[in-house]
Amino acid sequence: MIVLVPILVITLMYFMFQNAPHRPGAPTPFNNACLILLGLFPLFLMFIITSITMQRERASGTLERILTTPLRRLDLLAAYGTAFSIAAATQAILACTVSFWLLGFDTAGSPVWVFVIAIVNAILGVGLGLLCSAFARTEFQAVQFIPLVMVPQLLLAGIIAPRALMPSWLEWISNLLPASYALEALQQVGAHTGLTGVAVRDIAVVSTFAIAALCLAAATLRRRTP
Amino acid sequence: MSGDHEAAVDISQLRVIRGKRPALHDFSVRIDRGSITGLLGPSGCGKTTLIRCVVGTQLVASGSVRALGLPAGSSALRHRVGYMPQDPTIYSDLRIIDNVRYFASLYGFGRGAADSAVDRVGLGDHSTAYCGNLSGGQRARVSLACALVCQPELLVLDEPTVGLDPVLRSDLWTQFTELARAGTTLLDSSHVMDEADHGGDLVLMRDGHLVAHTTPTRLREDTGCTTLEDAFLAIITGNTRRQAG
Repeated sequence: MIVLVPILVITLMYFMFQNAPHRPGAPTPFNNACLILLGLFPLFLMFIITSITMQRERASGTLERILTTPLRRLDLLAAYGTAFSIAAATQAILACTVSFWLLGFDTAGSPVWVFVIAIVNAILGVGLGLLCSAFARTEFQAVQFIPLVMVPQLLLAGIIAPRALMPSWLEWISNLLPASYALEALQQVGAHTGLTGVAVRDIAVVSTFAIAALCLAAATLRRRTP
Repeated sequence: MSGDHEAAVDISQLRVIRGKRPALHDFSVRIDRGSITGLLGPSGCGKTTLIRCVVGTQLVASGSVRALGLPAGSSALRHRVGYMPQDPTIYSDLRIIDNVRYFASLYGFGRGAADSAVDRVGLGDHSTAYCGNLSGGQRARVSLACALVCQPELLVLDEPTVGLDPVLRSDLWTQFTELARAGTTLLDSSHVMDEADHGGDLVLMRDGHLVAHTTPTRLREDTGCTTLEDAFLAIITGNTRRQAG
């Protein structure tokens, strides 16, 4: 599921945009959409998977139990991070392969950078998911964090309307959200051959957000509870 | 073994507040090494809270809890204390053997330890079954195996034999007795008085207070009752009368 869903969605988009008109010289609409999807799908999917899995660990008592074992909290987070990142990497490799080879997707920059951004986004998704799981009492509440945390972030990142066209207060909010930088980095890679300074800065910003989210998540893992 | 004179569990003046209500009031008790101590009392009297204090997952308002001579929950203790929570906390989407192997690996034990823990609880023939398909009693046994796998010095079991059939129950009690003979200290809770006869020591609780720390034989002698159920009732009504008078 994790591996195949993005490929199916990307293929679906390929056919959706098959007959869409585009100006010669400009990237095709599919190219734009595919770039966004490749980069941001891992963020979205990993957030959902981690927040629900971790919420289950908390609610079922397995988390409390494994915290009575010699396991360190950082080990637990690292294990979660790596397990889901491997899943995300597999997903990103397959999705990139299918898009670049079979669907005629193309970027000015190297496909490797699209992959790197996808992985950083996946780790960010894991961090945010782990963090949000602390605030959900049930799986149902965990699911509700998707519209609360993910959707506004993706909308403000400039997927539908470009950020420059937003009212300045919205642009300010958007400046505070990690997905905005993730998308900007992707667009830089899509439009420029070399790795631009803006892209490097954006990747660094997203990585910082990811690490911060993981650290905050670690703080919510309490051995002793009331 | 170092510090044999030290108690396995030493609780003094423990106060715990859960929600807004006090769950334990100035609770003090000492449990000797190598003993089997049954924690008994009506449901809601604070047994689980006390057990969570011993394994170090409960926030404590005041007082001290020491296990094996160290503050409860300290990192040096985590290798030496096995804990089976009241609800079977296992992963339903994993097989029995994988659940136990997972806990074994958390304690640094290998597959052999996991296999023998599964055999111990009588699930050796089913070890590749998925836990989601198991009955309540089987799930409890998987959870127990996850606690046994670390070969702890102190084994803390929250209602370990609830929902198990009599044959299995007596089998487990035989094993618990063997473990205790080999030097393991067992602390288990139950709200069924019949279970109490298996244990060497009894800690009777009510409403977060220690009612008595005794043995089944002594409890019968003191109260003159033949069944422990009656003895417990007698001691509680005696207590209430004393408090009222």
